[in-house]
Amino acid sequence: MASHIGSATSRVDGRAKVTGEAKYAGEFNVPGLVHGYVVESTIPKGRIVRIDTSGALEVDGVIDVLTHRNRPQMADKDDAYKDEVATEKGSPYRPLYDDIVLFSGQPLALVLAEDWETARVAASLVKVEYEKAPHITDLHAERANAYAIDKPEKPRGDAERAFASAALRHEAEYFIPTEHHNPMELFASTAIWDNGQLTVYDKTQGVQNVQQYLCSVFKMKPDAVRVMSPYMGGGFGSGLRPQYQVVLAVLAARALNRPVRVMLSRAQMYALGHRPATIERLALGANSDGTLDAMTHEAIAVTSQFEEFARNDTGWGNLLYKSPNAKFEHKLVKLDVPTSCDMRAPGAATGVYALECAMDELAVALKMDPVQLRLQCYSDRDQGADIPYTSKQLRECYRQGAAAFGWDKRTAEPRSMREGSDLVGWGMASGVWEALQMPATVRIVLTANGHAEVATAASDIGTGTYTIMAQVAADMLGLPIDSINVKLGDSTLPQCPLEGGSWIASSVCNAIANTARAVRGDLLKLAIGMKDSPLAGAGVDDVALIDGKIVSKRDATRAVSIASAMQSGNADRITREEANKVAEDKSHARNVHSAIFAEVKVDEQLGVIRVTRVVNAVAAGRILNPKTAHSQVMGGVVWGIGMALHEETLFDHRFGRVMNANIAEYHVPVHADVHDIKVIFVDEPDEIVNPLGIKGLGEIGIVGVAAAIANAVYHATGKRVRDLPITLDKVVQFN
Amino acid sequence: MARSGTAKRVTRTATVPEKIPIRLTVNGNHMELTVAPWTTLLDALRDHLDLTGTKKGCDHGQCGACTVLVDGRRINSCLTLAVMKQGAEIVTIEGLAQDGELHPLQQAFIDHDAFQCGYCTSGQICSAAGLIAEGKAKTADEIRELMSGNICRCGAYPNIVAAIQQAMERS
Repeated sequence: MASHIGSATSRVDGRAKVTGEAKYAGEFNVPGLVHGYVVESTIPKGRIVRIDTSGALEVDGVIDVLTHRNRPQMADKDDAYKDEVATEKGSPYRPLYDDIVLFSGQPLALVLAEDWETARVAASLVKVEYEKAPHITDLHAERANAYAIDKPEKPRGDAERAFASAALRHEAEYFIPTEHHNPMELFASTAIWDNGQLTVYDKTQGVQNVQQYLCSVFKMKPDAVRVMSPYMGGGFGSGLRPQYQVVLAVLAARALNRPVRVMLSRAQMYALGHRPATIERLALGANSDGTLDAMTHEAIAVTSQFEEFARNDTGWGNLLYKSPNAKFEHKLVKLDVPTSCDMRAPGAATGVYALECAMDELAVALKMDPVQLRLQCYSDRDQGADIPYTSKQLRECYRQGAAAFGWDKRTAEPRSMREGSDLVGWGMASGVWEALQMPATVRIVLTANGHAEVATAASDIGTGTYTIMAQVAADMLGLPIDSINVKLGDSTLPQCPLEGGSWIASSVCNAIANTARAVRGDLLKLAIGMKDSPLAGAGVDDVALIDGKIVSKRDATRAVSIASAMQSGNADRITREEANKVAEDKSHARNVHSAIFAEVKVDEQLGVIRVTRVVNAVAAGRILNPKTAHSQVMGGVVWGIGMALHEETLFDHRFGRVMNANIAEYHVPVHADVHDIKVIFVDEPDEIVNPLGIKGLGEIGIVGVAAAIANAVYHATGKRVRDLPITLDKVVQFN
Repeated sequence: MARSGTAKRVTRTATVPEKIPIRLTVNGNHMELTVAPWTTLLDALRDHLDLTGTKKGCDHGQCGACTVLVDGRRINSCLTLAVMKQGAEIVTIEGLAQDGELHPLQQAFIDHDAFQCGYCTSGQICSAAGLIAEGKAKTADEIRELMSGNICRCGAYPNIVAAIQQAMERS
């Protein structure tokens, strides 16, 4: 089989992106477009007493101002607002629904004008009077009111007693602040209302999720609503749930009977979801040989007052390390903020950060090399479920990562490595994430001219989905990759899950394989129907599609060209639609793993920290495209650098508002912050996880990176900073 | 769409400024348009000329997604009013390819997978074209420093630097 799978293929959508042809949600300039600008709340909690829109309405070019008082009808039941990702407990936020203010930055009015600048200036003239209520936005201040939620990780043994009697103990709290996704593209929706038919271009990671949500919120029939997102300028989890601008755009389009675009400002995007601020407590008890006897992991995370959002922060230790005694606890604190949401490797980015820093501290206490400690505690089974892995090449990640990094040249003592005026630190950590598959359906239309259209309602959020689907389809159909046209980002296409959780590659590619098999079956029937067919008697799995031909696997000389088979059967196209098979099998744990090695250089006088080298060795099953896969993991490492050193949403708790709601004061890594990043993919054949052995890569790249950097900062400076980000003020006093 | 002079005219708390005719050369084409003085070059390109390849990421000159070349220099088009650029020669991402052939930077970005979501890409490429023309950056570190006004949230930075180096060598 000609192998596109596994080859470093350039993105099939590359040309569209480097020429500016790729269109994003806020770029459909339809005739008669109305521009909406959001007026948001300046208080975090209370009630709207009065909204005076008269000033805005007097501005030339303003068409209308929508508020909760004059908006078109919306559903009045919670269930209608529960999208695919909504949590069971709580009431999803309803945009522009009533006079209640739940968080600062909440949309209170939408000014609609003939052009964007007019809408913006008019929005500044809308006056809102509030009745304020007492608010709380500080996790630390509200910690005493944290409540425990149900978690799947069950305790083992008696972790407290084992910890108390352990030869060596490490116990500490770690803190991760609120973080915002800050995708480069501003959240935007363009809603086109035409005689009861609604078409929406939306910035979303799930067109079908938004489509179903709009149908229920606006009580519309499924075939009357079409949601499209052919390209998305970054998601990272922020686009998993429908965001409020899509509701506002549709409300306005219905109210005015005109097409409407609502694009949020960068500042307004700080009132969307975020990675919740989280306190993590680790208590590790070890025997003197470095094996673990006790592991306790507790997390206290933030959710909103109105919805309960929680992800698995505490269970990751079960997947990495053996410990006969273990205990896990997850608590939530309700604050007057928007509901937190998934952000790249939700739960793992935070939980594994704390776990892997704690392991480093334990290694220091044991006077043991940090890699050696991981190997000493290495688990070949998921400790929670007590089952083996479909595959786990983490030992190889440690070995190859350490070799590529030069870990053996490390001297253990903090502050023992220097380069000029810089202290040099080397740290490492492990990473782990899930290898999931979700139900997905792919349609293939093979035409007699040798072209195939491969379609599903996935979104390519920059992950490379267009490209890997083209590669897999090219191999499975025996066609050149240029003859494959992948269609995504349209809710009318076959069912596909949200682009998240690292499950898209495994889900859609296995669905392609099944659909291609059905196409192959149809072709074989046509070929067998030909006079003196060389494939007479062959079954669908006895043949393969190679180089435009249906070829016997046993005897390659027995072949029929696809074109002649279709011609003889008078078939101008073959259309097939099949789903992947999602295993119910609970006999194996399904995970991806990584080992991260980081070098930092810290200016001894100024405390300036630079991450000069990172090696991330990843075991993630079959790598479909080393080129885009490398980019995924490299991007994750950059996110880890941001998490470790830069990112923090700062609140003024007196006002319950974000102080740095912009992309200059909310620091993200820039070119100058990013140096040498090496990505290694460890060979990991896996015939159990799914037929193609794909595990997914979207999340694993970030997991553990912040811990490796934090551990390197300790090694450089001798100072252990447990609350992120590690800014220079926290390390500048070195003693 | 000005409504002044119509019956609807009322006392204005905010008067919409009169639009002004301007002439720009955009990607070699002479353009005449009428824009309000508060319209940025970015919005003029995106909303008036339908050149949406130039991206809006912050509107505050913080992210670099809107970088275009004005009279050969790279600028943040969101920090420039269109009326200030009367007669200027503007090159956007749509104007880099010649007769269907990609600009060396565009090809290098594809070769090195120097983007993921693609939203910062137009700005990165235009900024890199400006950087190369400036001739100041010689080393990878200098490229990193002088490209730091262009944020890539997907984290493609090392590949962007490699792509710029490739294009520099060939220019």
